[in-house]
Amino acid sequence: MNATSPAPAAVELVRVRKEFGSAVGVADVSLKIGQGEFLTLLGPSGCGKSTLLGMIAGFLTPTAGKIVVDGVDITDVEPYRRDIGMVFQSYALFPHMNVFDNIAFGLRMRKLPKADIAVEVRRAIAMMKLEGFEERRVSQLSGGQRQRVALARAIVIRPKVLLLDEPLSALDKNLRAQMQVELSELHRKTGLTTIFVTHDQGEALSLSDRIVVMNRGEVQQVAAPVELYRTPANGFVASFIGEINALPVARYERAGAEAALVLPGAGRLSAAAPAHWDFTHGVEVRAFLRPEHVRPARPGEQGPNILRGVVAAHIYQGSHTITRVEMEGLGLIETRVTGADIVGTHPVGAPIALVFDLGEAVLLAAR
Amino acid sequence: MTRLRSFGFWSLVVAILTYMTLPTLVVLMTSVNPTEILAFPPEGVSFAWYEKALTYPDFQSAFKNGLIVTSLASTAALIVGSAFAWLVYRYSFRGRGVLEAVLWSPLIIPHFTLGFGFLLLGGAFKLQQGYAMIVLAHMVLVMPFVTRAVYVSLAAIDPDLARAAANLGASPFHVLTRIELPLVLPGMAGGWLIAAVLSLTEFTASLYVTGSRTQTLPVAMYNYIREYADPTVSAVSAMLIITTTLIMFIADRAFGLRRVLAIDTH
Repeated sequence: MNATSPAPAAVELVRVRKEFGSAVGVADVSLKIGQGEFLTLLGPSGCGKSTLLGMIAGFLTPTAGKIVVDGVDITDVEPYRRDIGMVFQSYALFPHMNVFDNIAFGLRMRKLPKADIAVEVRRAIAMMKLEGFEERRVSQLSGGQRQRVALARAIVIRPKVLLLDEPLSALDKNLRAQMQVELSELHRKTGLTTIFVTHDQGEALSLSDRIVVMNRGEVQQVAAPVELYRTPANGFVASFIGEINALPVARYERAGAEAALVLPGAGRLSAAAPAHWDFTHGVEVRAFLRPEHVRPARPGEQGPNILRGVVAAHIYQGSHTITRVEMEGLGLIETRVTGADIVGTHPVGAPIALVFDLGEAVLLAAR
Repeated sequence: MTRLRSFGFWSLVVAILTYMTLPTLVVLMTSVNPTEILAFPPEGVSFAWYEKALTYPDFQSAFKNGLIVTSLASTAALIVGSAFAWLVYRYSFRGRGVLEAVLWSPLIIPHFTLGFGFLLLGGAFKLQQGYAMIVLAHMVLVMPFVTRAVYVSLAAIDPDLARAAANLGASPFHVLTRIELPLVLPGMAGGWLIAAVLSLTEFTASLYVTGSRTQTLPVAMYNYIREYADPTVSAVSAMLIITTTLIMFIADRAFGLRRVLAIDTH
């Protein structure tokens, strides 16, 4: 899926706004979601992502704006006439029905013939690998099984859009990883336009065609995962997606192909300027640099972009170690190195020299 | 130390149980007393008073009256109370607090006062000592319990269930009939049962609003004991307790009464 020009819009939000009293839950969000696209609404709790989802499902009425699905304005359509499938955070399985009846519910509401219902439900059950559980009560299911029933129930009605409201948050870590793979497979098999709400950037990065980063009711950036990670549009996106070192405000200097940052009290970093660094000489900027782009200097290494500090902490993560370094003028800087050798070579309190790969930094104009 | 503590704990448990059940045990024991006086401890074992209780015409008609009043009052309370619980659960409206306070008021206002009030009202509307007035009085008395039972089970329903049903195409009517009603049914059954038991054994208010023709069982028992002092009333008590226990036991099995009354949170 191309990040900039999605296929014909399955869902279109036009300046959708939701106010709760004087508080703004969602502020004039406009979005086009392509047919078959897997779009993620990502942001911290209270950023408006669930409110937006609630409005698409029809549980909340927008204060202003309109919601168009398959070319039809559904802003004022009751939720039960929308043909939009949804998986709830709590799954919301009907406790007084067994698995079969839960999945069949939507089809029964659509008054399908009994034989057709049986066929459709069996197909959904097979797709979600729930064979043999038809007669089980909801209370007899594990978390992962409930998740599958909730998904089966939502897709069996062949919805125009599938909404997923933090469906993985109730699962433990291993199951979450597994369900992530299954969600991805399900999307591939069904080709359903999917809107996924999460606060987990890892889930968002691995599942999505595009990610909408939201904060305080406003869209911060809409981009494909790789683009979002590499070129965040602002400081919020930069710090919300992955780990990142935010360097203090610095002076940007440009001399031909070389760009440099003068960090007050810390020193000078330079790099061959990437094409998109179009700041004017002397302007104030902020640089964001991921821990993998800061590395400890080799013994005796000389050259530009080496700054010195003192090891403050090691966070051993198995495959790699995050080392926090206290640096004059910069504060705490994180570096990410493979293995755990650094714990021995540079114990806490020892001096350390770090090499900054400034060319990989995200530069934003300081405001 | 732990043994001492455990001894203390169990002594307390036994003391509380004794305190709670002793009066009932005394009545039950006197019911099998073969002699014609209400004496404790009993002097032997006989079921003669049970036979008398079952054949005594006043008790027979009073039991029948009680069943009529109870079934009408608790059913009416179930309908009105459920509707009210639903209103309070679903909508927030002006005056909701006042309505709620009025509904809970029978818990605060003595049955004596209510009974007396209904007696005066009955006089004003020429309904004194008729079934209508008794049913009305009982309905008011038991309504808080029904409403509470229904409200508790309504509030226990995950609000996402109604949303999920709507999302799957269920109209508000179908959300009510397919989701909310089935889920609240045990609560309604439990509420009805409590109402029935309370109504069947209610005495204070009933004393005012019943007449000799319409008296309910507790009133009949009271009138009996004013004239005779034999253990027949003990036998009636025993039978009432056994019947109620049986009903409660069956209801617990059938509807999970414990859950409905929020005694058991599992």
